[in-house]
Amino acid sequence: MGKTLAEKILSLKSGGDARAGDIVIAQVDLAFAQDTTGPLTIRQFQAGKFERLANPSKTVLFFDHASPSPNRELANDHQFMRRFAEETGCKISDIGGGVCHQLVAESFAKPGDVIVGADSHTVTAGALGAFATGMGSSDVAIVFALGKTWFRVPESLKILVSGEMGRGVMAKDLVLQLIGTIGADGATYKALEFKGEGLKSLKLSDRLTVANMAVEAGAKAGLFPADKVTRDYLNHQKRGEDYQPLAADSDAVYESQININLTALEPTVAKPHQVANIALARELKGIKIDQVFIGTCTNGRLEDIATAAKIMKGRKRHPPTRFIIAPASPQVLLDAISAGYIRTLVEAGAVIMPPGCAACLGLHQGVLADGESCLSTANRNFKGRMGSPEAFIYLGSPATAAATAITGEITDPREVM
Amino acid sequence: MLKGRAFKFGDNISTDHIIPGRYAYLRSNLPELAKHVMEDADPDFATKVNKGDFIVGGANFGLGSSREHAPLVIKMAGVSAILTKSVARIFFRNAVNLGLPVLICDTGGIDDGDELEVDLAKGTVYDKTNGEKLTFDRLPKVMLDILARGGLVPYIQKYGDF
Repeated sequence: MGKTLAEKILSLKSGGDARAGDIVIAQVDLAFAQDTTGPLTIRQFQAGKFERLANPSKTVLFFDHASPSPNRELANDHQFMRRFAEETGCKISDIGGGVCHQLVAESFAKPGDVIVGADSHTVTAGALGAFATGMGSSDVAIVFALGKTWFRVPESLKILVSGEMGRGVMAKDLVLQLIGTIGADGATYKALEFKGEGLKSLKLSDRLTVANMAVEAGAKAGLFPADKVTRDYLNHQKRGEDYQPLAADSDAVYESQININLTALEPTVAKPHQVANIALARELKGIKIDQVFIGTCTNGRLEDIATAAKIMKGRKRHPPTRFIIAPASPQVLLDAISAGYIRTLVEAGAVIMPPGCAACLGLHQGVLADGESCLSTANRNFKGRMGSPEAFIYLGSPATAAATAITGEITDPREVM
Repeated sequence: MLKGRAFKFGDNISTDHIIPGRYAYLRSNLPELAKHVMEDADPDFATKVNKGDFIVGGANFGLGSSREHAPLVIKMAGVSAILTKSVARIFFRNAVNLGLPVLICDTGGIDDGDELEVDLAKGTVYDKTNGEKLTFDRLPKVMLDILARGGLVPYIQKYGDF
């Protein structure tokens, strides 16, 4: 009987025959925390009286969630993390270094890796064929110390992708439709595995967006095979030696199959306060938006900023609607500057944030007021997520976000393209 | 035997309901952070809950962030166990890693304020208020062992490995 991607990777890393339902102990290739989970991770590591990291060069602390620090308390947390890095020799990515998941994709993840992070969106690296999953601070502290952890090998749902996305449609629309179809707990404890001829047209940036939101359906991992698209990306990142092809066996066993035809997709939006609460952008016309936010580990990549810039070229944001953009990494920011996208967006009335999580989780750089509505390209629209529990968050693609910035109300991007 | 009162919540209680991201600046000041437990689901929860009480959820309790502070502030509030129809994966591991049991059972018949008795060893819940008895799913052995040691860090300290 063949293996799914999850079974293949966990077999390799546990040195056994890992099958769905088994509990395995697997070696971990990369472990990380960020600045809101890092301090507790370090305290748990210290509570365990561990003296050294199992793999300092494979242990990273990222400063992205509150970066640069917005207040004294978080500044002290940053200081605490920097000291731990000095003492243990782990790597740090300090302020302005970018969003952890983008940096893991750019610089660390490779096909067949096991990656754990103290952040739920660690699943993002599944786009490169890595078994990557979010855990809490205690679990990650133990990985810091031992270099391994236990997993229940997940059952996998096969997501069979066909067709090609049409004008104005982006990977965000694909994943919002998927979550809307299977629900916020439709994949709890399971892996989503993407297959089919439709993958050929999904760039690595698209795959990162899709894998990133696997956790919004409860999934433990969102896995793509490693193929030509992966190889081209790793070559582009000057990491060609990290490539190896990886695919599930043809007779792998899946719990169920969901078919997605990219050609049939339309711009989609998640309404407050659940990601699975979807509608088509055109059905929401007339809903006024106070703030548009483009960025995050979901949609802060060069391709996302390029899409927004092309729509905004020669146009202005709707005057009362605030327009915030946060590139996901310095590489994204520099490439966007070189391509002229940043100029276009600033001329259109956008505010550019430093590489990091920015407004996504209500700590700084675009906190919402009571009663306000935001169209965000992030991955969560839970009540209170962006600051006020009285605010309303709609999630959409960068194209939908840019179109909405122009009109000040939720807008199908095909209307302005 | 655990005894206490049920605090009933609906489906899809997220980590942002339990402890919102806007309080991240208090994560190194746990006594202050804990004052905001469950704030966006029930603003008065922190003042009403007593030691030993239970949080009773619906489907998909704890979805969202990996923040371990979510089960941590629930534990600090004195809650002895979470009973829920289903639970999000990361929250589940985090709770067990802190020694806080999460029991999967059909919570539909439990009302807010019901007096409950939970027998962890037998896997039973007795609702004294309505007289109903429930059973909950057994946890995997590795989780039972971690709970028995009071959490993951003490477990690894004791055994040195998994």
